[in-house]
Amino acid sequence: MSKELFDAMRQSIIDGDPELAAELAQKAVELGIDPIEVLNQGFVPGVSYVGEQFGLGEMFLPELVVAGEAMKAAVAVLEPEFTRRGTERQILGRVVIGTIEGDIHEIGKSLVATMLSASGFQVYDMGVDVPIMTFIEKAREVKADIIGISALLTTTMVRQKDVIEALEDNGMRGQVKVMVGGAPVTQSWAKEIGADGYSEDAVGAVVIAKTMMGAA
Amino acid sequence: MKPDFKLLNPELVNQILDEAFQLLREMGVKVQLPEARQLLAAGGAEVDETAEVAKLSEKMVRAALATVPHEFFLHNHAGQPIVHYGGNSVHFDPGSSGVHYLDPETLEHIPSETPHLVRVLKVAQSLPAYDAVSTSVVCNEVAKGIGDLYRLYLALLYTDKPIVTGAFSVKTTQTMIDMLALYAGGREALAQKPLAVFDVCPTPPLIWSKFGSQSLIDLARASVPAEMVSMPLAGAGSPVTILGSVVQHTAECLAGIVLHQLAKPGAPIVWGGAPAVFDMRQGTTPMGAVETAMIDACYAQVGKFLGLPTHTYLGATDGKIADYQGGLESGVSAMIGALAGINMISGAGMLDFLACISPEKLVMDAEAIGMAKRMVRGVNVLTDTLATSLFAGINFKADFLKQKETRTLFSKEQYLPSRVIDRGSHRAWLDAGSHDTWSRAKAETNKLLAAYQRPTMPEQEQALTEMVTRLANEAGMEKLPELAL
Repeated sequence: MSKELFDAMRQSIIDGDPELAAELAQKAVELGIDPIEVLNQGFVPGVSYVGEQFGLGEMFLPELVVAGEAMKAAVAVLEPEFTRRGTERQILGRVVIGTIEGDIHEIGKSLVATMLSASGFQVYDMGVDVPIMTFIEKAREVKADIIGISALLTTTMVRQKDVIEALEDNGMRGQVKVMVGGAPVTQSWAKEIGADGYSEDAVGAVVIAKTMMGAA
Repeated sequence: MKPDFKLLNPELVNQILDEAFQLLREMGVKVQLPEARQLLAAGGAEVDETAEVAKLSEKMVRAALATVPHEFFLHNHAGQPIVHYGGNSVHFDPGSSGVHYLDPETLEHIPSETPHLVRVLKVAQSLPAYDAVSTSVVCNEVAKGIGDLYRLYLALLYTDKPIVTGAFSVKTTQTMIDMLALYAGGREALAQKPLAVFDVCPTPPLIWSKFGSQSLIDLARASVPAEMVSMPLAGAGSPVTILGSVVQHTAECLAGIVLHQLAKPGAPIVWGGAPAVFDMRQGTTPMGAVETAMIDACYAQVGKFLGLPTHTYLGATDGKIADYQGGLESGVSAMIGALAGINMISGAGMLDFLACISPEKLVMDAEAIGMAKRMVRGVNVLTDTLATSLFAGINFKADFLKQKETRTLFSKEQYLPSRVIDRGSHRAWLDAGSHDTWSRAKAETNKLLAAYQRPTMPEQEQALTEMVTRLANEAGMEKLPELAL
């Protein structure tokens, strides 16, 4: 019984069907199945599969994103059940993410946010044109483990460094890892500004974030 | 909306036809086979036996055009119609009649042999870009007398796709028809559901040789599709102008159709060719020249005006390796051929004026073909409103990637290239080993070859192998080359 339900959950993620994913999550709640089990055996394998297939070139960005949306829909249904049971959803970590001040490029950042969220991170997406102090304040507020900073322009990319310096000035650098990304960003730039991680794409960003949290 | 690409206005099409009729009526066509001249004379032609010239009236030509089929299909081994000769259908097949093989390691052009043709056939079988395969190269190690039918033998063994082929002699034409009949279930079944088309060439200017004429007659009588490959060579074998060469092409093909339809009214025949401009520096026949493609697009337009199935030779390069010139000439000419709506475009995989073939280039060309086919599909309305309904809930956010429509429609809108085409980041390119197109094509070719599975038809294969072995023995070969089937 559960196996069939879990298989359907996995498939709803692969098919990118938020309505079905939510419906299946609701069904599991009604059947009294532990939401932790529901996530780990039902929905997460779907996300892993889509990520793998994307890496192999067999699935594409729209499929990746709708899988993330389906995952979000399932989690939204399960959240109250966690609260009711007095348990917490196992999250891999808390991530504050945004596109840096002066830069309004959204797509890459949103992709990373979607994938991190689908993979089990609690993601706080601050949007675009995010002031340096907003990153810092939000990170302090939610006790973030990771800050992700996106920049598509070489002119705004330099401000990624400012965020890291602000973390140092506020005595938070020891608690918060920093990931940087965006078209002009390279591994050597990440190293130069003292960032902890960098990835080419959203799937890679999940791997880096998991490694940072010791969950890879 | 599909693109509508035409180089000629209706007045020019009519003038081309008028001048072709005039050439056929006043100068005539040289027909070197006595039986063909008899057929033409019986059909109303004015024949000069000494000069071997037949003068054809417009009425005769119009009569032939009235019986010639406007479309037909080529089938796969399962008997399914795959290639549609007619209308604006566009198909591609690898080039034919090469004699060399591009060694992917040394880049030498080596005399082609069995393993090379097998490699080409496996790749062509594997790639959906190719709706048909072709008997691409002669195998230099087999006896000359079976060179043509041996190629067909390999094509039948290694693929189940329709075949573009051709015979080298009158006798082997019949043998090759019998070979195909083995797979079709007899000659009658083959006529109903042809598996192959046979290229037949007039000799420029305006000559139908003994062999060419006989082939037209024999193929017509067997109701096996014939594909005329008229080869005006602008400035040497035909008038220097594009339009002059198109008139010659028209006259040669009209004469071919008259003879063919007199042999058997209603037999299928294709308005095809392999013209080229003549390179005035080198004295060569550049298949990658834009004017070559322009002649092709023009004659195809004339053929379509007459309601005939069409063929041409494009998608090849004159370069010696698959480099920038190779991509430029193959890609541009494939695109022109596709836009011209030519039913069968032969030439992919070929280099060096159609003398040399490369499976790796065949893999590269599949990308140009993918893009050309996409272009031909045109710009289509896929949604109820073009955009307004897609803006629901967008609220100035670049969230279209999340829309269901994006997921369901992107692969209809975009041709998704293989890994031969690099669309990754610079860093990803570095990480993958900084490969150029050629080395990516090599890797892709090896991947296709590793995954290749031979379609089998045991009963037919046994009969075919016995037949070809006997013919090889008669041609002086003790046995056929070993095949790792």
